[in-house]
Amino acid sequence: MAIIERPSTEIAVAGGATVGVKPSEALGVFKRPAASNSWRDWIVTVDHKKLGIMYGVAAFAFFIIGGVEALLIRLQLMGPDGKVLSADQYNQMFTMHATTMVFLFVMPMVSAFANYFIPLQIGARDVAFPRINAFGFWCWLFGGIFLNTSWFLGGAADGGWFMYAPNSSTLFSPSHGVDFWVLGLQITGIASLTGAINLIVTVLNMRAPGMKLMRMPIFTWMALVVQFLLLFAMPVITVALFLLSFQRTFDATFFDVAAGADPLLWQHLFWIFGHPEVYILILPSFGIVSEVIPVFSKKPLFGYPIVAMSGAAIGFVGWGVWAHHMFASGLGPVSVAVFSMATMAIAVPTGVKIVNWVMTMWGGKLKFSVAMLFAIGLVVQFTIGGLSGVTHSVAPSDTQQTDTYYIVAHFHYVLFGGAIFGLFAGFYYWWPKMFRKQLNEGLGQWNFWLMVIGMNMTFGPMHILGLQGQPRRMGVWTEARAGEGFFNIGFWNMIASIGSLILAVGVLLFIINIVYTHKSKRVPIAPLDPWDARSLEWMTSSPPAEHNFDAIPAINHLDEFFHRKYAEDPTTHEIKQVATAEEVLADMNAHPDEHIHMPSRSYWPILVALALPIICYGLIYNRLLMAVGAAFLLLTMFGWAMEPSTAPDDDFDPPAPSEGGGHTKELAPLG
Amino acid sequence: MADTVVAHGADHGAHHTTTGLSNNKLGMWVFLGSECLLFGGLISTYMLYRGRANAGPQPDQIYDIPFTSVSSFVLLMSSLTMVLAVSAANRKDDRNTNLWLTVTAVLGATFVGGQVYEFTAFYREGLGFTTSLFGSSFYTLTGFHGVHVTVGIIMLMALVGMVRRNRIPGSKAETVELVGLYWHFVDIIWIVIFTLVYLIPS
Repeated sequence: MAIIERPSTEIAVAGGATVGVKPSEALGVFKRPAASNSWRDWIVTVDHKKLGIMYGVAAFAFFIIGGVEALLIRLQLMGPDGKVLSADQYNQMFTMHATTMVFLFVMPMVSAFANYFIPLQIGARDVAFPRINAFGFWCWLFGGIFLNTSWFLGGAADGGWFMYAPNSSTLFSPSHGVDFWVLGLQITGIASLTGAINLIVTVLNMRAPGMKLMRMPIFTWMALVVQFLLLFAMPVITVALFLLSFQRTFDATFFDVAAGADPLLWQHLFWIFGHPEVYILILPSFGIVSEVIPVFSKKPLFGYPIVAMSGAAIGFVGWGVWAHHMFASGLGPVSVAVFSMATMAIAVPTGVKIVNWVMTMWGGKLKFSVAMLFAIGLVVQFTIGGLSGVTHSVAPSDTQQTDTYYIVAHFHYVLFGGAIFGLFAGFYYWWPKMFRKQLNEGLGQWNFWLMVIGMNMTFGPMHILGLQGQPRRMGVWTEARAGEGFFNIGFWNMIASIGSLILAVGVLLFIINIVYTHKSKRVPIAPLDPWDARSLEWMTSSPPAEHNFDAIPAINHLDEFFHRKYAEDPTTHEIKQVATAEEVLADMNAHPDEHIHMPSRSYWPILVALALPIICYGLIYNRLLMAVGAAFLLLTMFGWAMEPSTAPDDDFDPPAPSEGGGHTKELAPLG
Repeated sequence: MADTVVAHGADHGAHHTTTGLSNNKLGMWVFLGSECLLFGGLISTYMLYRGRANAGPQPDQIYDIPFTSVSSFVLLMSSLTMVLAVSAANRKDDRNTNLWLTVTAVLGATFVGGQVYEFTAFYREGLGFTTSLFGSSFYTLTGFHGVHVTVGIIMLMALVGMVRRNRIPGSKAETVELVGLYWHFVDIIWIVIFTLVYLIPS
């Protein structure tokens, strides 16, 4: 499946070593799996692009699940005295909707893009730790499935996505739902942590020659900031989840008020994680639109260093604002004032970004492709959500808004209108890179406009509902108390529910678009550089071969690809195209690197990850099962550590290097 | 020598990197950065709850400072022997590498043994995991640290086995050094825990 260097079996290194030790036999218990074209290859792959696609597909499946949960919530609230869900089911529904969207859709979808594009954007052949990367994916997937099995095992978690103590104790939530939630998030947390370590090391350590930090594409920059946020935020939620699960499973007293505990501890720990988490969700989308807007404006990004540094600034200040989620909890005037100010301050670097995007478009030759529309959609809707966010920094006003639909409106504008629109911009922008086909622009327009209309109809009225006092997690409202005239909450709830259906149709069109693009024979193969793009990921074949680049490019500019295609005329000072993408690629590949070696596939990532849900089921149901899972974990970790460093010889084709070169061969294009 | 098995495999650590640090070492540093926040959360929890014991013994009633001082000293000395092991590995001195790795593991095990003894003694004096907030947070914090030390001991013993069988691919010294980084980190965390939990009176 790749250009793979045949392992030399006759190395005689310094020290007078014996010869003839084959790498696949020298170490380990089992052979590494060989390359193949069957589905098995996806199970054992360590290729960052395949893992990226797997993250994307699985995350989108969870997006549908989370979306159906949201629709059920909206159906319940559509009319007075909703009977779609019982109170208990309603609690589970909003808890799992939020948990799914945050942990099982946006975060892994970001991982999908980051996995796929970070190595391409920095000119690397792979990530730093390919097996750990694969482990992270399986870990997240099993964690997500584990979490969702709670639906069939006595009910899902029902404490809201922030699971405030003491409401999350066994007294108030006696089903196993919260246990599933806690353990499921622990497993996905491991995935986030390993992913963060992997990508941080990749970006810091594996850049192509000349790829300085300030030449990295903004998406890579934002993803790097996000990985640091994950690195430092995940352990905090890990601690909080441990405390909660020790309380529920072993009767510890951490949040037991009768024992003198302070349940606010949970809120602090959760939001110290939770606020950086908000930026974990949004910054990658900022990165994506920072790629998309310059390309479709035919201009370089306005103020590149400012955009990069404001992203980093958001990452820093994001650690100092967590208590604005807790203004209503009685923190005291000093804390409230400090966190109020910090919250206002963090709006500044965000506003800076908005200005930069607008200035990038200003005077540009705008091309309103679907990717560009989604990017502009983000700029507009995130600004609305950001403004309502600034109103929350005013503590007296926030105290009124806490736990009302105003909050729901705010974070859906920033997360749906922001983060998810950014991801959709990424889908349309990068689809031809990943799959050689361009998504249909006509269907895409419908997709975009239905989503914009649906999203504003759904979440816009929630501002009014919230200011009218509709509580955030109210499962039923009655006509008698719905209010009069313009502020009748029945009317606005109806509008919101209709909007959610329009939104669902919009998303459905995206799926139809995918099916159409890949099933219809009329859709041609996309050109190499369909958008006249600027960054390195476009400077290779589509989709890239397993080793990404035949020759690792030397980087001399920010927007390297653009600079290879265009040059300034020395006399007229006009920017002129000097090469097509195909010519750039041919020029680059004229001297392909020899001795490319890619990591071999491995069984162990999926096996190690499989041990974790077994342990967690054991923790809930049966300690013996837990012991079995733990033993399985130890054995698989041993197998991992002892795994041979390369695949057996039959993975290498041709079987033996012929004389005079022949060290590399491409087996089959990545399909 | 182990070098014979070095083929062109997944051993990316030996490649040229942008920062000059190997991927493995940078990864370990990044991981330890994350661990700081894990212990930060646990220590904060303990500090919040340290004086809160509605039932059972209070901290100053059960802490045996001389005993814990001795076991802390043992743990700190294990950092010294870890340094000696890394130094021996850098010199490719297998015999001394193994010797000092073993001594480090024994010292670490002594510390964990002391912790087990201490937990047992506290339990006998009436401080269970569920007795009070102090009990829950004390056992959780020191327990997490003890688990970290135990994982470190397992890594040390694995290293001993691998050095003995020439089974460490690539740069052997660096693998020892990575475990060393982890080990020193766990020791430093203990200095913080010992100071905050045992020495400063509530």
